[in-house]
Amino acid sequence: MSSNTDFEPKIIAFVCNWCTYAGADLTGTSRLKYATNVKIVRFPCTGRIDFLLLLKSFAQGADGIIVSGCHPNDCHYTSGNFHARRRWIAFRSILDLMGVDIRRIQYSWVSAAEGSKWADLVNHTVADIRSLGPYQEYQKIADYLEKGGYHGED
Amino acid sequence: MEKIRERAATLLAEGVVTLVLGYEEGTKRPRPLFCRNSESARKLIFDSRCIHNLAVYLTKKELVGKDRFAVIAPIATLRSIMQLYVENQLSEDKLLVLTVDPSGELRELVTFEDIAGYVEQFELKRGEREQEILSKIDEMSREERWKFWMEEMSHCFKCYACRSACPLCYCSKCVVEVNRPQWINPWPAPLANMEWHINRAMHMVGRCTACGACGDACPVGIPIDLITRKMMEDMAPEFGYIPGQPAKKGNALSTWKLDDREQFIR
Repeated sequence: MSSNTDFEPKIIAFVCNWCTYAGADLTGTSRLKYATNVKIVRFPCTGRIDFLLLLKSFAQGADGIIVSGCHPNDCHYTSGNFHARRRWIAFRSILDLMGVDIRRIQYSWVSAAEGSKWADLVNHTVADIRSLGPYQEYQKIADYLEKGGYHGED
Repeated sequence: MEKIRERAATLLAEGVVTLVLGYEEGTKRPRPLFCRNSESARKLIFDSRCIHNLAVYLTKKELVGKDRFAVIAPIATLRSIMQLYVENQLSEDKLLVLTVDPSGELRELVTFEDIAGYVEQFELKRGEREQEILSKIDEMSREERWKFWMEEMSHCFKCYACRSACPLCYCSKCVVEVNRPQWINPWPAPLANMEWHINRAMHMVGRCTACGACGDACPVGIPIDLITRKMMEDMAPEFGYIPGQPAKKGNALSTWKLDDREQFIR
């Protein structure tokens, strides 16, 4: 889709400390190779991941986002991921209504034992975002104050 | 209308309540009236033009005081009152609700059970305006929706009238006033506007009762009430509640179910 083959997507991953962060750690200790485009932010729990943080990452130049935590029923705090799941269902729906590109946010459950799943998840997401291209639409409105007016038209 | 005046005057004269919240004739349309004595109850009016959601005052202690008060509530206000009750913001012994049913009879609702029973008779329907704009949005592609909202939001100058008009925006400190860190920039710019409106909608998930007060209050006519309204309609089947009816088992985002459905987490 994108003609720009040099495009390296910037991806921010919001992960929970107990499952996905440990899973990503396992990927490393298992010496599995995966795309280097991802920057991991560690949270105590998926329930702690504020939806505004996702919007902030887009505003600061992220092209894609991964949100990942413990599988349902595996939450370290019992119900954090259930609360998070509801929040993502609602948030996704709001973003879709507002016209934000929801294909750029990938949600996943990755446990501490799923090192290879983490590698797959990152590789897939990077490939998806590479084909979608940079998220200029959102960055344009974030750059508004620096680069002159923008009122909805190109 | 005469019945409301009489009843309000009696309630005030007998000291059952110290305040009746209602409507009086304004310059262009009815405006809220705080009746504190039986003389001012003569100014009360009530008809279909009375659309201010008076529930917004009920959580403001400095306005309603410590004693029992009455509020004149059309159906939209009753829905807000029920939601406030679900969120533990109102107490039964302080509130007396006066409403006029479709046949023109004055109804006095004392308990929240009464109000819930009364509200259940009314189905929440989209009005002509809502139907028109929402069906237009439904037909748009994602890029068109983005452009539509960017264009609409470019008018927003962050007066926060939507927040002030909403009966459910009762936090004493709002996220936009928090500046360590500054979550949402205070100036009106496309990003800051977008973030504010997404944030507002997120805080209304499963709570909005579609009274439309935010949309009415918007001085530049952004259809912001439709964001929360669409959200309510979309999320209702998802989380198992009925639009316009009080949530019986807590708010959508403060509860969860083991079998919440989603297709996007892999």
